[in-house]
Amino acid sequence: MPYATLNLCLVLLAAWVVIGFTGLLRPASVGFAGRALFPLGALCGAALAIVAVLGLPIPPERVILPFGLPDLPFHLRRDALSSVFLALLGGASAGISVFSAGYFRQGAGTLPGLLCFQYHVFLASMGVVLLADDAYAFMVAWETMALSSYFLVTTQHRIPDIRRAGFIYLLMAHLGAVAILLSFGVMQGTSWQFTFDAMRATVLDPTWASIAFLLAFFGFGAKAGIVPLHVWLPEAHPAAPSPVSALMSGVMLKTAIYGVLRVTFDLLGEPLWWWGLVALAFGLFTAFYGVIFAAVQTDMKRLLAWSSIENIGLIFTGIGLTIIFHGLSMKSLAALALLATLYHSVNHAFIKSLLFLGTGAVLHATGERNLGRLGGLIRRMPWVAWLTLIGALAIAGLPPLNGFVSEWLLLQAFLFANAVPRPFISMLLPLGAAIVAFCAALSGYVMVKFFGVIFLGQPRESKLAEAHDAGFLERIGLVWLALGCFALGLLPVQVISRLEFVSRYLIGADFGARRTEWWLLAPSVARQASYSPLVFFGVGTAVVMLTVWLVRAFYHRGVRRSAVWDCGFVRLNARMQDTAEGFGQPIRHVFQQFFLMERKLPTPFDKAPQYHLVLADRIWRGCYVPIGKLVRKIADVAALLQQGRISTYLTYSFITLIALLMVVL
Amino acid sequence: MNGIPFDLQILNVLAALFLLLSFSMLAQRRIVTLVNLLAIQGLILFIATVLLAWRTGETHLYLSAALTLGLKVIGLPWLLHQLIRKLDVYWDTEPLINPSATMLIGLLIVIFAFGLAQPISALASTATRNTLGIAIAVILLAFLTMITRRKAMSQVVGFLSMENGLFFGAMSATYGMPMVVELGVALDVLVAMLVLGVFFFQIREQFDSLDLRHFETLKEDE
Repeated sequence: MPYATLNLCLVLLAAWVVIGFTGLLRPASVGFAGRALFPLGALCGAALAIVAVLGLPIPPERVILPFGLPDLPFHLRRDALSSVFLALLGGASAGISVFSAGYFRQGAGTLPGLLCFQYHVFLASMGVVLLADDAYAFMVAWETMALSSYFLVTTQHRIPDIRRAGFIYLLMAHLGAVAILLSFGVMQGTSWQFTFDAMRATVLDPTWASIAFLLAFFGFGAKAGIVPLHVWLPEAHPAAPSPVSALMSGVMLKTAIYGVLRVTFDLLGEPLWWWGLVALAFGLFTAFYGVIFAAVQTDMKRLLAWSSIENIGLIFTGIGLTIIFHGLSMKSLAALALLATLYHSVNHAFIKSLLFLGTGAVLHATGERNLGRLGGLIRRMPWVAWLTLIGALAIAGLPPLNGFVSEWLLLQAFLFANAVPRPFISMLLPLGAAIVAFCAALSGYVMVKFFGVIFLGQPRESKLAEAHDAGFLERIGLVWLALGCFALGLLPVQVISRLEFVSRYLIGADFGARRTEWWLLAPSVARQASYSPLVFFGVGTAVVMLTVWLVRAFYHRGVRRSAVWDCGFVRLNARMQDTAEGFGQPIRHVFQQFFLMERKLPTPFDKAPQYHLVLADRIWRGCYVPIGKLVRKIADVAALLQQGRISTYLTYSFITLIALLMVVL
Repeated sequence: MNGIPFDLQILNVLAALFLLLSFSMLAQRRIVTLVNLLAIQGLILFIATVLLAWRTGETHLYLSAALTLGLKVIGLPWLLHQLIRKLDVYWDTEPLINPSATMLIGLLIVIFAFGLAQPISALASTATRNTLGIAIAVILLAFLTMITRRKAMSQVVGFLSMENGLFFGAMSATYGMPMVVELGVALDVLVAMLVLGVFFFQIREQFDSLDLRHFETLKEDE
């Protein structure tokens, strides 16, 4: 049956919109939106994921919807690339929606029904972005996505800081959208047809193709958070409610990745290999910049936002490698890099959603985002703690979880880069592998800090004793995402055989026939590098169990609780634990030229000593503030036109009219 | 003049009067008289439309003539008179540019308008194409009236006069606009008038005067 998958996807997206509008019927009722609508939305998400995964092998399908302006209908198309991202959208949003069902409650911000509306419109617009097959439908969906997420970010709109964060987000989103629009304008060539088919058919000369690529890279980079366009991320994520952060970081950033892949490999056709260098350089720098900033954060959601920037950097690194290999017609390696990119996108969606939801549960239980006031929550919130631990291990890239697989594949792709037939490039590329490895290691450090300071040790505040664990629905959401992390980590061969439909579609090559066994993943020859997560998991679990059993059986025979050894100090208290600042201090010290530091140290004679530290982003001060000043200056000059006198304004119109008539004359 | 039929000659005379009225509006400072002049302009427009309708046999022109009579000769002037009485504005303050200079600029504008109309008239196939220059001149002169006035009321009169000019232009170039457009424009003018009427009261409430100089204080300062 033709179009079946695409139609099913559309029905599910429409269902999201209907759910959203239903929420408006009873806007003030938490029970209605939370207990009834959000779980329904989650079901739609899970169904979408299944439909999309099953639809991967099916050749592209298209449909024309009679929406929009006259003579400008929406063209929609589903192919392997959109299917992967639809599966990501559906899978991650299913968990987030279930969690949201238990999360949103009566508060000072937006009414729950309205929130439900914005949330589901956001989901549906992301779906349409992934399915759009003409620039018009794409831009409409893209802007709907930006606007609905803006309103979600500013849920607590009575707080000035949150309004400011929302404004920065909206500003960056629009800058990006303008660049994307211009890129589409270049890509249509001289056909003046804005369907993607026309863009595929247009052959641009290299200069214009490069301009189109760079515009698209800028536009999608602003959405994804490429340094230096990342400034909105660390502002918007702490401002937004946690499920919204999860959705934005886990899913929305990936629509930008989708956009770059779509434009580069599908619409522009044959990418030039040096574009890959641009993407690679920005990607590596972003990953590096993101991870060192993540290491010094003291706000748990800001920390995760910076970690998202790091991961986006890694994904862009993968895209860069893919373009380089593809441009130099090393198809099989390009497929490897592309698979790593896609795999990491999917992984990051699950992991980051899980972590953001974990912070949401902590935030609800304690009302605290500051790491310096948390601690010891593993006793109060065991569910959240253990499930967050899975996410933390996954993002740190530890086997057998999913983060390891994609980072390993990316490193493998790097290790083959010496085959690039360009001198210097082939020598310099492996250095990128060092940066990727550095980022992976440092992200492990970040996660030790994240998990350790929040959940381990002693509670730093007395109110933490009243913290309660996540509710039933919230737990289901977290468990769903954690299971996703496990499944993606343990079954890489199956996942990759699905993702290969994309590489075959975009690059015309796949991973090759070097797959030997269903449980063994080997990008080249098994002798050189291979990975078998199931065996690793089995052996690892067995070793741990055996050790625990041995220790229990022969050593202590049970858990003994005793006082902490206090090194001779009297009265150890929770304030003496290692803090987030303290843990990040070495990184701050090593990379201090990247930070703009404002520190106030107490003198030895202070009666009430205070330590004050603010770390700011140099890019904000060095790049955005001057641009802001310039804009203000131009605006001041333009304001001279504004005299406040109606006669003057009328004279302007009059002179314009006369001048235009002169031209006609 | 022998080649021109009698009814067209009348039409040309009307057009000339139309232009003359624009000039007198440019110079007039009493607002009541200004409104009366507007009404007379509307009347001329009405007569010209009826004449043209009779000549060409286009029935929709009769309808638009009726519209002109109802709206521009009777309705709006009456409304304006009401407003003048209620708001107690009979005089405009001295114009921004002195009257003789305004007149000179007006002359230049008329010459410009005729020059502009030349190529269009050559293309048009209507009997009334010669009056197109006058229509454009009236539009621009009305614009000039708006620019040189200080009181909100006289600006509205200028605006309505501009609409008259547009209507006249459409009539002379293509025997009137399509009925739908004409109705739309008529409705627009009516609505604009009502909205502006409300604004007048608001402005007076705010500034105790209808003088637009007070608007300058609304400008945002650093």
